[in-house]
Amino acid sequence: MSARPFPIGVAPFGRAPVPVVPSLTAPILSEAFGTRPLTGAAPGFVLAALPPGLVLWVQDRLSRTEFGAPFLPGMGRDLLRLDLTRPADVLAALEDGLQSRALAAVVGEIHGHAPALSFTASRRLALRAEAAGLPCWLIRHAARPEASAARMRWRLAPLPSASDPDDPYAPGDPLWLAELFRARGQPPSTWLVRHDRAADRLDFSAPAGDRKLAEPRRKAG
Amino acid sequence: MNRAAEEAGARIGARAVDSRAICPALRIEQAEPEQDAARLARLAFWARRWGPWSTPDGDDGILIDTTGTAHLFGGEAAMLARIQAHFARAGLTAKLALAPTRGTAWALARFGPERAICTDPLPALAPLPVAGLRLSDETQLLLRRLGLKTIGDLAAIPRLSLMRRFARAGAQDSPLIRLDQALGRAAEPLDAPEPAPEFAAEARLAEPVVDPSDWLPELLERLCAQLAAADRGCRRLCLSVFRIDGERRDIRVSMAAPTREAAHLLRLFDGRSERLDPGYGFDLIRLAAEAVEPLTAAQPGLDGAAPSGLALARLVDRLAARFGPTAISRPLPHESHIPERAEIPGPPLAAIPAPPARADRPIRLLSPAEEIRVLYVIPEGPPAQFIWRRQTLRVARHAGPERIAPEWWRDRPGTRLRDYFRIEDDTGLRLWIYREGLIHDGRGGAPRWFLHGIFA
Repeated sequence: MSARPFPIGVAPFGRAPVPVVPSLTAPILSEAFGTRPLTGAAPGFVLAALPPGLVLWVQDRLSRTEFGAPFLPGMGRDLLRLDLTRPADVLAALEDGLQSRALAAVVGEIHGHAPALSFTASRRLALRAEAAGLPCWLIRHAARPEASAARMRWRLAPLPSASDPDDPYAPGDPLWLAELFRARGQPPSTWLVRHDRAADRLDFSAPAGDRKLAEPRRKAG
Repeated sequence: MNRAAEEAGARIGARAVDSRAICPALRIEQAEPEQDAARLARLAFWARRWGPWSTPDGDDGILIDTTGTAHLFGGEAAMLARIQAHFARAGLTAKLALAPTRGTAWALARFGPERAICTDPLPALAPLPVAGLRLSDETQLLLRRLGLKTIGDLAAIPRLSLMRRFARAGAQDSPLIRLDQALGRAAEPLDAPEPAPEFAAEARLAEPVVDPSDWLPELLERLCAQLAAADRGCRRLCLSVFRIDGERRDIRVSMAAPTREAAHLLRLFDGRSERLDPGYGFDLIRLAAEAVEPLTAAQPGLDGAAPSGLALARLVDRLAARFGPTAISRPLPHESHIPERAEIPGPPLAAIPAPPARADRPIRLLSPAEEIRVLYVIPEGPPAQFIWRRQTLRVARHAGPERIAPEWWRDRPGTRLRDYFRIEDDTGLRLWIYREGLIHDGRGGAPRWFLHGIFA
């Protein structure tokens, strides 16, 4: 540890305790916000949090053109892909998917602020997800959080990746700063999340304490 | 009249009493033209076993389009012999001919040799009588009076003379039009009727209405009961409304797996029937099952729900009915190193497990790849800095290059190779970029750079 003053929220002696990580596969509606263009943090986080099984992945047109389409060799998941145009269609398709017993989860991607995604619409989705017992994720690109009935709302920012054991110059396992800014029955918390690609597992750790990792977020924010 | 009666001396057109006097064993049946026509229509559909397209022709013929199907039956001659044998087994005498045009086939079947196969119409038609041209009786009589007995005689007359003589005649009366049709000079488009749906339910309404949704549940119940009684399921449903202004409008929904579940089928029409243009209303609604397939009753699960394999098919049906069948796909791995060809959209019900994720492939692929402007590049390395949509990105770490050569068996000549780099900028964006081509590779100017994928 360096001699500089400790960042706010970090215990002066040793590292802060890691806040309890909520279950990511609970049958609820969750939202994941990406912070910047060209970041794969939100889709990557959602992808790693999905339970095994067939997943319905719905995209609107702008998400597809601006953030690309899911790429099978990199994802290695069995997807049922639905390429739609309007955000309203995405919501309708998610509701249809939540009524099916063939899926393990449903994921929708919506770009920007869609009038169709009102509080009422998100509440419908949340109730459907709870009734169906399936996790439902909404990936929001280029959007600021507005009123929503989502039970968990995450903001995901990319961080410089962990070092690759084989090549010091190569990008290694993805690292994200995951901020749970709204959750039912849980205080807002922030984690440093590392996606262990070899084990396909998310490692949560306390975020602050390492100046080098915390720096980019201050710059971006 | 069969051949035995003909040999005994009976003639067409003679009186029944006279014929019976000549041949006492003659059995006489009442003519039933309507029933004959209906049987002929059924026979025409049955004849589709030899070709995809068939239609009754007049009151004593069937036309079958056998283009491209003869080899399935061992060649044209073998096919004709087989057709004749099949008809004989059904107790019918068939005269057959195979020809490139409808007119020639008609003439050869009635006036030509047994099982004639013709490739060139004119020499085959020339010795046949003019009656082979499907002409009306008056025109046949006229041609006989003119001394034109065979089609060859008629074809030898200059077109201009025939044209002048029969200028105002319709197709029935004009030897010129009929000759052109037989020789393939004039087109003769035909319509092959669709067989009537085997399973259909209709609702006749006392007054015209504009919304069919109130009648749909009952129609579906009836249709599904019919299907269940026959152990069938359908993969396509056609809802037709017959408007009072004489028009018909159809809505079709398709299913991924055969089904006869009324509740599921009803949901597929959600939002579709509103888009139907009812005009001033309609007074007949018909629901027909198409693409009917055998479907045995399935055992429901202990909780009363449908078997889980069906759940996916039901979901795909609903999504396809709502958003169109092209919107939904199941990405399948494909053997190719070119990233955009490494996955192909597969059918939604395909059950091929996805290969494990590769760490050197992005989770998102931009389509098409976006060109980036490189400010400063390390030789044989990635750019140190580049501009994507007016944003400057500084490369902090990189891995690569991974060279992917064009697929010469698919790509156009001159396609340049790609050198892929996994890069990370100083703020943590992980991207997949590539350089297209090399300097001095003789395939264009300076290499260009593209952004192709986004890592997690």
